[in-house]
Amino acid sequence: MKILVCARRVPDTSENEIEINGAGNDIERDELVYSINEPDNYAVEEALQIRDRIGGDVTVVTIGGEDDDEILRRELAMGANQAVLISDDAFSGSDGRGIAAVLAAFVKKGHYDLILTGVQAEDGAAQVGGMLAAMLDYPFASLVNSIAVEDGKLRVSREIESGNREINEIDLPCVLSIQTGINEPRYVGMRGIRQVASLPIPVLGASDVGVDQATVGEAGARVKRVDYFVPVLSKGAQILHGSREENADEVLELVAAKGGLK
Amino acid sequence: MARILAYIVHRGGVADDSAVELLAAAKKIDSTQSPVAVLTGCGADVDAACDSLRSSFGEIWKIANQALAYPNAELVRQALVSVLPPSSILLVSHDHFGIDLSPGLSIKLNAAFVSDVMGIEAVDGDSLQLVRQEFGGQVSAHVRCDISSGAVINVRPGAFKPEPSAPTAGVVVDKSSAVGALAARRRYIETIVAEAGDVDITKHTVLVSIGRGIQEKENVSLAEELAEVLGAAVSCSRPVVDAKWMEKSRQVGSSGKTVKPKVYLAFGISGAFQHLAGIKGNPFLIAVNKNPKAPIFQIADVGIVDDILEFLPVLTDKVREMRGVSAK
Repeated sequence: MKILVCARRVPDTSENEIEINGAGNDIERDELVYSINEPDNYAVEEALQIRDRIGGDVTVVTIGGEDDDEILRRELAMGANQAVLISDDAFSGSDGRGIAAVLAAFVKKGHYDLILTGVQAEDGAAQVGGMLAAMLDYPFASLVNSIAVEDGKLRVSREIESGNREINEIDLPCVLSIQTGINEPRYVGMRGIRQVASLPIPVLGASDVGVDQATVGEAGARVKRVDYFVPVLSKGAQILHGSREENADEVLELVAAKGGLK
Repeated sequence: MARILAYIVHRGGVADDSAVELLAAAKKIDSTQSPVAVLTGCGADVDAACDSLRSSFGEIWKIANQALAYPNAELVRQALVSVLPPSSILLVSHDHFGIDLSPGLSIKLNAAFVSDVMGIEAVDGDSLQLVRQEFGGQVSAHVRCDISSGAVINVRPGAFKPEPSAPTAGVVVDKSSAVGALAARRRYIETIVAEAGDVDITKHTVLVSIGRGIQEKENVSLAEELAEVLGAAVSCSRPVVDAKWMEKSRQVGSSGKTVKPKVYLAFGISGAFQHLAGIKGNPFLIAVNKNPKAPIFQIADVGIVDDILEFLPVLTDKVREMRGVSAK
């Protein structure tokens, strides 16, 4: 099975305090810790496991700049067969539809049975996989938390409310958006990354993938971010500023006062 | 102004609670318009659900079809593409179904798509100014959406408060005949209900809840010790389950359990909205997190900026001291 995984390099929200820059048009990007978008890493692991069970190969693609090479190396070290960077100034300011259009053009140049994305990235939009599927006219399932390959089709489970799972059968080729927790992504050490340091990563531009330029970039975007802001809260938490001991005493008193000590 | 419609999810003949929230969001876009509710389904179920909306929506469009008995997003999309007027604005709840349906629907309608919208600030001709969150809720963003070719807008559950309005005498319009043959390449098989687990976190008065900040499986015992002396249960947020440190049955959130404790102690939980969606009944919420920007502090009653791995043992000792139990 030929599998394509669409991945992104993002600021790691669990490792960073996100601050807004002076102009309010971006976050402060100096000194941010970046990593592969977490759901995308699960998607790569799932692709590798399917390949190792039934054969085939795994390609990881990202749209970005030269710094994004870093996550492609990481996924090659995990065991992906090849990686591709799609990079062009023309993509700057693209909305989700623009990104999906670039990926759709790339997919049409190759042949993939299965395309995986992470369920969402740092903007929390959860949109590119579904858009890509609709552009390619492939079936789609979101929030996928297990995949079984059956004779020319897949049996997938979707995470729905209350921890319940919705089981679907889906024809190939298809696009799935992968939820975190679907597997246990393998560890990648520095040594593994060094071993793939010399593997070539092709870089493709807008004309190489053949995307319609009217749909990408700022000009093609129908959804544009105006600014970032911190909402003014009607009521935030009362922050305790005591020592650790004092804070613990206060928490204990509060828990008791609220009927939490039996 | 474009026509505004709301896709309403229903179950067992009852419309989802999000119906009134979508109505409130529609009124924020255009208070002069009477938005249309759109429902898909089949038989008595969809009829009853349409009927239940007649007091809140002026017009209810029913799309009845045997193939739509279960809301398969691929089939619902085909039905909506046949029925929606050109350039209309469709509101959908941003839940597991909205995530499945809306991005692809927007492409098929050639409409703009905005996901997980929390606020609607301004309408200026063909431009809507909306509010979203990014980076796990650490910052908010204003986005502008060009609605000249229509829009699909996914609305965050709970973000729009239903507003009191005079009851309507809504009319149900049957749009079923506009939909042709429906065929899916993704077929619904069954729903598997979550296993109960060893501890029922929904029954506890106090929850000691842990998130990614617990860092390692070995550290879960720090929370278990506190819970034991408090007579509480340990619950958790999604990353803890993803990492296989705790069972899925302990997860609080929209894809886990809904809990109603009196006191909720959130340790190392950032406060993603999917987690907060599982905390009901307005408990007293105390949050400890080393990141002062963590969104949990926006909704907690009391917050402490500290490393939970250091703080938890201190708090546990305090409880033991108070109870006159010697440390183990």
